[in-house]
Amino acid sequence: MTNRELYDNAFIEVLGVTNEQLAGLKYQDVETWDSVGHMSLIAALESAFDIMMDTEDIIDFSSYEKGMEILSAKYEVEF
Amino acid sequence: MWNFAEHGNSTAIIDEYGKTLTYRELKTESEKLAAIIGKRCLVFSLCRNEIGAVVGYSAFINGDIVPLLLNANLEKELLNNLLEIYKPEYLWVPEEMVSEFQNMSEEVNMQGYSLLKTHYKVDYHLYPELALLLTTSGSTGSPKFVRQSYANIKANTDSIIEYLELDSSERAITTLPMNYTYGLSIINTHLMVGATLLLTDKSLMQKEFWNFFKSEKATSFGGVPYTYEMLDRLRFYRMQLPSLRYMTQAGGKLTPELHKKFAEYAEENGKKFIVMYGQCEATARMGYLPANKAVEKCGSIGIAIPGGKFHLIDDNGNYIDQPDTTGELVYEGANVTLGYAECSADLAKGDEWNGILRTGDMAYFDKDGYYYIVGRKKRFLKIYGNRVNLDEIDRLIKGRFDGLECASAGVDDHMYIFITDGSKADAVKDFVANKTKLNPIAFKIIVIDEIPKNDAGKILYKELARYYE
Repeated sequence: MTNRELYDNAFIEVLGVTNEQLAGLKYQDVETWDSVGHMSLIAALESAFDIMMDTEDIIDFSSYEKGMEILSAKYEVEF
Repeated sequence: MWNFAEHGNSTAIIDEYGKTLTYRELKTESEKLAAIIGKRCLVFSLCRNEIGAVVGYSAFINGDIVPLLLNANLEKELLNNLLEIYKPEYLWVPEEMVSEFQNMSEEVNMQGYSLLKTHYKVDYHLYPELALLLTTSGSTGSPKFVRQSYANIKANTDSIIEYLELDSSERAITTLPMNYTYGLSIINTHLMVGATLLLTDKSLMQKEFWNFFKSEKATSFGGVPYTYEMLDRLRFYRMQLPSLRYMTQAGGKLTPELHKKFAEYAEENGKKFIVMYGQCEATARMGYLPANKAVEKCGSIGIAIPGGKFHLIDDNGNYIDQPDTTGELVYEGANVTLGYAECSADLAKGDEWNGILRTGDMAYFDKDGYYYIVGRKKRFLKIYGNRVNLDEIDRLIKGRFDGLECASAGVDDHMYIFITDGSKADAVKDFVANKTKLNPIAFKIIVIDEIPKNDAGKILYKELARYYE
């Protein structure tokens, strides 16, 4: 699986969204992306990419696009 | 309840958008709202952590008007059901929600909230001491509410102020909904001592929360076990929060590992970590573990709050006087509420509990008199700090899915819903998440051949436990 697929799958599985919903998706756009969903999403991404995210990055992770930006800039995950 | 005049121009509230309200303004605004209503009656207040919601709440309590507090995001059908059962004279709602109530007339708009007049025929009475109605199980929209008196709120507020040593220099930031008894107790206490409330509905997982926390120099926050799990994941221990004085925890049992981590963090960083115990039935708080015992008595709910008493009873109702012996925890104090209401006629009822509450929690005390909760007698779970009645969930599911066999069980933060028809699994999960407004991550559907029952047709929940323990 590509990094993009791993990334997308974490959203789809944890937040119960479809592929079509991913682009532009922001925190609290869907009911499942609340604080509980956020914590599970981060846990899923940390395990998918075998990384440990910093506090600043976890709370800065406010959208689908922002998350990719953070992972590629700080955690060497290439998309 | 509160004498806002004595705190003059001190800041009562600051919201996340920088809007502030002094105690003088809070007094003026709340008196204005109470005067518009002009008489003792029942008001449904749909709450968010916003200035308007606090102005409304203080207007009602100080103005002898009885509010029933609900979360503004309560599912519409559940809200309509409660409206029909309780027939309030007014609703106090965030202004954006006004269009959802077309058959009501808007009387006034203040601080972003609107007062709506309903057209119910009022055929019930309000007991003179009745101050407030709070839900026992908010998320399922159960019509069962706790009836709190003015004396209950005053007694519990004074006690909390005493053991947390609160004064006007405090600046508490909201992390809990105000319609939730624990969140409300933070508002009650801070308004009483003339301190400042930092109001936000942002979560710990949002940058805006922490920016607000730091810029307004929050001194305390409260959290349910799930809050502390999130903080742990955020590696809270490394955050620089010089303004923070203390953290409280309630709303369920924290794992001993997390209790220890936060107790040690507090000790090493000159902060306090205070684990507390309570229920809506006792206004809010019944027990607390003093900060200086947080490490030594890790896992304990502590001792009774000032003015209250704990004891344990065995199956026959006899007192247990030996340490390390489990029994049902019983609390006595002036904060034990009047009783429950399940319909509008119940609002006329007086004090049914007479200051004694059987908590339904099983506990023991150690040789030093510190109490430890070990289990529960009743069938409910705490999910993200919200009490969720399992029988109520089963009833809701059966009401929606005709003829479906189901039984729910589980442990805190993880509910397991057993059904026999696998084709309904996704629909049931979506339905429960939507009704409770809780994240579906908390619910797991397990399809089994048959729901285990005894000869009398009673569900054998213990046999279900093997699927998740």
